Amino acid sequence: MIPAAFRYHRVKTLAEAEKLLAASPEAKLLAGGQTLIAAMKMRLARPSDLVDISGLKELSFIRATGGALVVGAGATHNDIANSPEVLRLLPALAELAGGIGDPAVRHVGTLGGSVANNDPTADYPAALLALGATVTTNRRTIAADGFFTGMFSTALAGGEIVTSVSFPVPERASYRKFRNPASHYAMAGIFVAKTKVEVRVAVTGAAPCVFRAREMETALSENFSPAALNGIDVDPSGLNSDIHASADYRAHLVSVMAKRAVEALA
Amino acid sequence: MTVLSMTVNGKRVSAEVEDRTLLVYFLREQLSLTGTHIGCDTSQCGACVVHVNGRAVKSCSMFAVQAEGAQVTTIEGLARDGRLHPVQEAFREHHGLQCGFCTPGMIMTAVDLIRRKPKLDRETIRRELEGNICRCTGYHNIVSAIEAAAAEMASQ
Repeated sequence: MIPAAFRYHRVKTLAEAEKLLAASPEAKLLAGGQTLIAAMKMRLARPSDLVDISGLKELSFIRATGGALVVGAGATHNDIANSPEVLRLLPALAELAGGIGDPAVRHVGTLGGSVANNDPTADYPAALLALGATVTTNRRTIAADGFFTGMFSTALAGGEIVTSVSFPVPERASYRKFRNPASHYAMAGIFVAKTKVEVRVAVTGAAPCVFRAREMETALSENFSPAALNGIDVDPSGLNSDIHASADYRAHLVSVMAKRAVEALA
Repeated sequence: MTVLSMTVNGKRVSAEVEDRTLLVYFLREQLSLTGTHIGCDTSQCGACVVHVNGRAVKSCSMFAVQAEGAQVTTIEGLARDGRLHPVQEAFREHHGLQCGFCTPGMIMTAVDLIRRKPKLDRETIRRELEGNICRCTGYHNIVSAIEAAAAEMASQ
């Protein structure tokens, strides 16, 4: 499959990328390209220009700073899965990153690309939302709670570029997903994060957009154990229903995977 | 069109390509390196895996222009001085192929895997092969070949 023609630009600075995006409304950023190139081959995406930011060293860093783990948008899934800082401070994020796609995809796919694309089955959005992360762009910072606005949509404005994500380090966190056996995408992925003040539970893969399971959060804040989730029924209305799983089945999966995520921390 | 230069299997190559040319088509059609296969075109099967700057990537999911200046290794670049790479040798020894279509991608993935994780058990090998599909379902011998190659390479 051959994508529609486009102009390719490899940029050396973020400013250069901003200029190119501003000049062409149909331009798109290219980082790992593991979603975009597939979409272009299917001609679901036909950008006029691709602005390749994969060479920007300033975007590929991982560092621990005062209670947070800050990860550059250009860090690959493989970088995150194997980073000593991530493994030490937020092993659940390393595990999540190591479970995305396959080794070849993880070598090039990036955090920033996944976050900006907000695929309903992507894994990172659950981590951002449960951890109360902050997305930094070339213009501002956006709290995860206000970032993921719907299916494949985010609070990002035209020309806005995700540059890093800051994850507050929790006391404990875990991620459990039920993978579609063929595509390996999450049919339900649950990220549970416990901090000194609260427990947050985020669900990906089950609905058109990542969301917080508030009832589970309340129950786990009072009693942080798998048993606290007994009797909490997930409402299937609003969940995805497709050839892979009905909404009822996904609702059930959310309960099961949430318990497993909590069990992993018990 | 862009004039592109990269090193493929140790040789410097330069060619004019359309920006939309996928790396796999550049390798197969412009360089005639047809050992890299196109199995699915939807980035799932792994038959097109090559190494770019030492890391396994799917060459159907990367534009050739992205590999400007890179070191690319394909299945044709593994053998040295007429001797098969230990992973190729192990695939032959353990009959790690049936129709052979997925083999180049399996081997390129395996070489990358052994570089990252020299000590391998069968479960890890199976998990790491999740991006490579063998339509003959011949995974058992592929896993045996990779296990044997990892042991052989560790002993060298």
